[in-house]
Amino acid sequence: MSVSTPVRLTVGFMPLLDCATLVVAERKGFARAEGLELALQRETSWANIRDRLAVGHFDAAHMLAPMVVAAALGAGQMNVPLIAPLALGLGGNAITVSGPLWAAMQAHGATLGAPPGAQGAALAGAIAQRRAAGEPPLTFAMVFPFSCHNYLLRYWLASAGIDPDADIRLVVVPPPMLVTAIGSGQVDGFCVGEPWNSLAVATGLGCIVAATSDIWRRSPEKVVGVRRDWSERHPEVLAALIRAVTRAARWCDEPEHHEELARLLGAPQYVGVPSSVLRSALGGQLPFVQGAPPASRPEFLEFSHHHANVPWPEHAAWIASQMERWGQVAARPEHDAMARAAFRPDLYREAVKDGIPEAVPPTVRPEGLGTFFDE
Amino acid sequence: MSDADLRLLIVDENLARAAVLEEGLRAAGYRRLVVVHEMQNLLRRIVDEEPDVILIDLENPNRDVLEQMFQVSRVVARPVAMFVDQSDASMIEAAIDAGVGAYVVDGLRKERVKAVVDTAISRFRAFNKLREELDRTRQQLEDRKLIDRAKGILMKEKGLSEEEAYSLMRSAAMRDNLRIPQVAQGIITAAGLLR
Repeated sequence: MSVSTPVRLTVGFMPLLDCATLVVAERKGFARAEGLELALQRETSWANIRDRLAVGHFDAAHMLAPMVVAAALGAGQMNVPLIAPLALGLGGNAITVSGPLWAAMQAHGATLGAPPGAQGAALAGAIAQRRAAGEPPLTFAMVFPFSCHNYLLRYWLASAGIDPDADIRLVVVPPPMLVTAIGSGQVDGFCVGEPWNSLAVATGLGCIVAATSDIWRRSPEKVVGVRRDWSERHPEVLAALIRAVTRAARWCDEPEHHEELARLLGAPQYVGVPSSVLRSALGGQLPFVQGAPPASRPEFLEFSHHHANVPWPEHAAWIASQMERWGQVAARPEHDAMARAAFRPDLYREAVKDGIPEAVPPTVRPEGLGTFFDE
Repeated sequence: MSDADLRLLIVDENLARAAVLEEGLRAAGYRRLVVVHEMQNLLRRIVDEEPDVILIDLENPNRDVLEQMFQVSRVVARPVAMFVDQSDASMIEAAIDAGVGAYVVDGLRKERVKAVVDTAISRFRAFNKLREELDRTRQQLEDRKLIDRAKGILMKEKGLSEEEAYSLMRSAAMRDNLRIPQVAQGIITAAGLLR
């Protein structure tokens, strides 16, 4: 253990289950062992996270992987180059619908835990019926325009022949407000990370129709974002952060630590929801509907397995393709390379070589992009 | 437009803080202020009020809702200034250097309010101008490529020189009230069909 004064990093995060590795890195001594002290600062919006990182309030931040790509393509209201030297996990989101919408979907053939294709067809049926009856379109929510929640929800809808820009209303609602929004009928469904799906189910206000791991197995989700110039000025500090978080991620994936992790994250300064709600998803057990036994999704959220901490350029390229698909940016051949360049497995590899050789990733993602449900 | 005529929309669910901010803005000479305490129908309010600047509390998670609105519709995109109770003196300069159009400020000291609003506007305008220029440059490049391809087709098919091919397209454009790239596109499409 380092005996000198630790280097203090201010790290912004959002109250979500996948901030776990950052919390564990600090609270379980992994950061300290690398000579770091993480001052974790909880934020209320992704836009704040981005801006505070850009202006130097934060040294590093828990970010949606597409936020880094958006900065690389100049798609947001910001032009500070960011990089993702490290990812925080794979998967972890789900699509939840309101009780009334679930009933309507069941009338069109939806069943609990059915594959995404079947659930999508049932939703398409319910939408067609509403349209025929002259009812207003359904409203779905996601958390930020540049998010995998947005792209996976759109992917699933479009595969069922539902145009997310014409057949429904798609809006942004901040995660902590989603449960209230679905309860009050403001939204009919949403795609969000945990614990908000489980919480909607636990309160009896929503029903999970698909885990995003059902839609795209081992999909990208959050990354650690840093400014490119910061990473160039502080290569050793960044390498230490990468190692601390990689070790923390391994700790988080151990089932015998899930009880403690749920308790830790439940604290008000972190996620601030009952640890029982957090605990279930950590073990890959998702409660789909109130009262029913949870469904098993062992790969629902992976903090470390399957090279979950590597920022794969393949993922960045897919995200850029979705930004083009949905008109967030114009289609340009150069976007692919620009997006890939913002994800830095080279920095990850160099950092873990020194002390965690078993984490050194192959140069190309073994499974490529992985599998989508409709392939 | 003088500063006093700028329309400012304040979004804050905290009534007391919104009142302080409003007072600060009025003292700084702004007269056209609208305060919104709840987020429902915010898009409608932005369309109706047509603010020049939106001020939003940094602690308000609905900032992400605004981001989405701006993403979907450039019509409602506005400069956003944020405010928090604590101040960090170097913050505004850092934000401007970094090119961020929205930043953390000491929103409640009235002497700072005006500077913040001014910078938010100038950043936003600069950003928009840059984006428009980029769009225009890209369009010109695309047009250039189309015209070159169409010229090539005319030169080959009709045995014209480059200059003659261009002048033929130009006269067709003038006669039919089209832009030259549109004529070029027509030639390329027709050539494809006839091949």
